[in-house]
Amino acid sequence: MNRIAVEKKVLNENQVLAEQLRERYRQLGLLCVNLISAPGSGKTALLECTLERMDKSTRVAVLTGDLQTENDAKRLAKFGFPVKQITTGGTCHLDARMIGKHLEGWKLEDLDLLIVENVGNLVCPSSYDLGEDAKIVLLSTTEGEDKPLKYPSIFFKSELMLLTKIDLLPYVPFKADVARENARRVHPDMEIIDVSSTTGEGLDRWMKWLAARQVKARAKLQSVAT
Amino acid sequence: MGRAAMHELGIATSILECVQAEAQRHPEGRITKVGVKIGELSGVDREALQFGFEVLIKDTEWEPLVLDLEYIPRMQRCCNCAHEFRMTDFDPQCPLCGELSTLCISGEELDIAYMEVEA
Repeated sequence: MNRIAVEKKVLNENQVLAEQLRERYRQLGLLCVNLISAPGSGKTALLECTLERMDKSTRVAVLTGDLQTENDAKRLAKFGFPVKQITTGGTCHLDARMIGKHLEGWKLEDLDLLIVENVGNLVCPSSYDLGEDAKIVLLSTTEGEDKPLKYPSIFFKSELMLLTKIDLLPYVPFKADVARENARRVHPDMEIIDVSSTTGEGLDRWMKWLAARQVKARAKLQSVAT
Repeated sequence: MGRAAMHELGIATSILECVQAEAQRHPEGRITKVGVKIGELSGVDREALQFGFEVLIKDTEWEPLVLDLEYIPRMQRCCNCAHEFRMTDFDPQCPLCGELSTLCISGEELDIAYMEVEA
């Protein structure tokens, strides 16, 4: 018997494709964010608000993932930005190959921002790098405050947590302080923004976060060019 | 059993693909064991993965192939005194000096570590 050291990532194939995407984005100064949450936390509603508020000169495109239906793409298409639905046909997450395939036909050099809405799931999407600059996790006030402790992986890997549906706080037993504290226990440096897609509260901060990250993505491009 | 293992089945498939690739490099032998490191933060359930892997190779040429899972706990390194400690209960504070700023140094693994080849 002979033991051979392999030392390779299990998801190496995905990782290679993800790094290729990341390099393409970097060369173009394009910001890519990956929105992840449980089903029903308000990813699509947040995206509707985001696209509605987006400066029309911003060149943004959306890839939205679901197991079935084109419903989300239809909801998002009305804002006039390019949107493509990725139906995974049962797979519980998006992977880098699906992203690469669905980017075909789009001129990436004509984009400033690519938003990926992952399949509603807190487990699997945390393992699959899509080449994004940042993972963003959504937690809504109609869920449990202990979700960050129950699903630490995704909260650990996300740069930003959006606490959604905060307009419902007076009506639900959800304790926002406890949720934030739990999230920070898993990921002490994580930024947290409270938002409501219904009342619009907090959305300015979210839009500013996105704009600041776009500036950063472009700055990286310039620092490479010089 | 009974636990849905869709995610872990995908991971199991990726592990088997790595085994297949490695087997091609060792046509003279047969791979009998594959060692995989599973970090605390990897989001992978070891039982579901073990089960998914067994289902995947059952009645195939790969049987018997042992999947050896090594659990890697989340370890932190203190930014002040460089002490390394096992993080429990999501408490990042350094147990030696009390510093709150500590960095995660392990626990994210989802890596193939080794394979055993029999001649």
